[in-house]
Amino acid sequence: MTQQLILYPLFLQMAISIILMFGWSRIGFQKVFSVFGSILSVGLAVWLFSYIWTNGTQTIQAGNWEAPFGITFVADMLSVTLVLLTAISGLAVSIFSGGSVLKDRLRFGYFPILHFLLLGLNGAFLTGDIFNLYVWFEIIIISSFVLITIGGEKAQLEGAVKYFTLNILASMIFLTAIAVLYGITGSLNMADLAQQVALVENRGLVQITALLFLIGFGIKAGVFPLYFWLPASYHTPPFAVSAIFGGLLTKVGVYALIRVFTLIFVNDPFLNNIILIIAILTLISGGIGALVQNNMRKVFSYLIICHIGYMIAGIGMFTEMAIAGAVFYLVHDIIVKTNLFMVSGVVYRIKGTNSIRDLGGIYANWPRVSLLLFIPLFSLVGIPPLSGFWPKINLIKAGFAGGSYITVGAIIFASFITLVIIAKLWAEVFWKEGKELPLRSNFGYFSKMTTAKRLQFIVPVTFLSIVSLYIGFGAEHIQELSARIADELVNSQGYIDAVLKPKN
Amino acid sequence: MEILLAVMVGILYGTGIYMMLRRSMVKLIIGIILLGNGANLLIFLLGRITKGAPPIIPGDAKVFVEAFADPVPQALILTAIVISFGLQSFAIVLVKRAHTVVRTDDLDEMNATDEDS
Repeated sequence: MTQQLILYPLFLQMAISIILMFGWSRIGFQKVFSVFGSILSVGLAVWLFSYIWTNGTQTIQAGNWEAPFGITFVADMLSVTLVLLTAISGLAVSIFSGGSVLKDRLRFGYFPILHFLLLGLNGAFLTGDIFNLYVWFEIIIISSFVLITIGGEKAQLEGAVKYFTLNILASMIFLTAIAVLYGITGSLNMADLAQQVALVENRGLVQITALLFLIGFGIKAGVFPLYFWLPASYHTPPFAVSAIFGGLLTKVGVYALIRVFTLIFVNDPFLNNIILIIAILTLISGGIGALVQNNMRKVFSYLIICHIGYMIAGIGMFTEMAIAGAVFYLVHDIIVKTNLFMVSGVVYRIKGTNSIRDLGGIYANWPRVSLLLFIPLFSLVGIPPLSGFWPKINLIKAGFAGGSYITVGAIIFASFITLVIIAKLWAEVFWKEGKELPLRSNFGYFSKMTTAKRLQFIVPVTFLSIVSLYIGFGAEHIQELSARIADELVNSQGYIDAVLKPKN
Repeated sequence: MEILLAVMVGILYGTGIYMMLRRSMVKLIIGIILLGNGANLLIFLLGRITKGAPPIIPGDAKVFVEAFADPVPQALILTAIVISFGLQSFAIVLVKRAHTVVRTDDLDEMNATDEDS
């Protein structure tokens, strides 16, 4: 009973999507049921989280095939934390979709696919088998292809072609890496791989394989030379889709990097140096890219790239403190990036555009809404009590302890540039005197909405802002959590034992 | 046999990537297909090509006594083929749709997403 608990989040998401498919054209039913299912999944994720928190890492062997031979599902602290965050973002996006996605899109299976995407995310976080991870990645990208193209506008299709090509290329590189890894070790189970790879004598071959993984996951995570698909596609789909993509899709790449480079290819100085250089370049190029954009969603897309650099830097420094910082940043980033794209959706509904040049005057007309939107924007910057501040302390401390001063410099530079960008955004979008924009016919302006409809925009933003505030003000709890996760990741013997030596 | 397959994998990867770098969208899809086939062959090759018995242990034995073929690569390839088949069919529909909307086959002219708006 308790072992199967690990698989419940997967079953629940799958059941939700299947039930939603039965109500294919009944949009009202889909909206309500999707939110209901997402609330259930948050509850389940909290239960799973507290169970793992008290009982430690749990595993389940599919079909009772013993560990290195069958497919293993592993729930350690990192996995369940990400499952919980997925459920929280999923709930917010599910509410937001009901209000913001057009009916024409909802009628073509938007909600079932959204829940298949969440299924894929949960699966990727919980699996303990590298080929199974590939399969979950494919489920994620197939769902995301549908979500990014649904509606079929010109910009959407063009963005989709770019998104699609690079993601398929990443999958192929990932598959190649798995093939080579299987060739040198003869195993696919991650815990078993961790033991086997350490014994391989030809280290050059191991490093090449690790680089293939780095490139494959790097494309998905959007690190420095591989990120160009991201700003070309994330601003084209509906806002709710951007929100779930921005919050979670790149983070799966980061999760996979953390998993592979703390468990399988452990602490190789050559690889760590490469990861650190990539991280520094990602921080700088993402930040500078965001400075010159005019579309709000493009600014946020570049900021996603910039902030991926923090987490990659944490992996590259590879001390317990650095990894704790990376994990803390991951927790903060998933919530705040999901929220930011929803913020841009609210702004779009208020003024009918996302061009920073044309926007303005929102604070004068909508002071309370603006104050709400203030929270996610400045959480991102990390003005001290807000959530973005705390993980950077860990990272900078780890940087000083490890003597990598360039990394520290890049982290501070990126934080500063984020501050500049958000301050500029606040001044231009909220404070600047608003232009009179030509009114668009057939457009659901925020001012014309009923209160119930407005709540569908405001509730998810408020919900995630409260979570962000909790991360900021309850930083002690998150710090304890990420320190524990970092401890589990660095001392991976516990993970290996949990998989290969089951207690019963 | 190994050498032949290794050269074959190399050719498939090389042509696949070359085709993906072309500007035409149709060639892009051909590139994706070739690359997928190359990856499948690579798994097959790296699973070691052993001529051996099928990997079934007789009822009265505990372990294998003679050389046996590794069953895992075939399972992996089968999964990968199914997935890449799905992705390729999606790619063809997407490119068809993009072509009717954008009215071009040239990837360089697909620059609406880079416009400053």
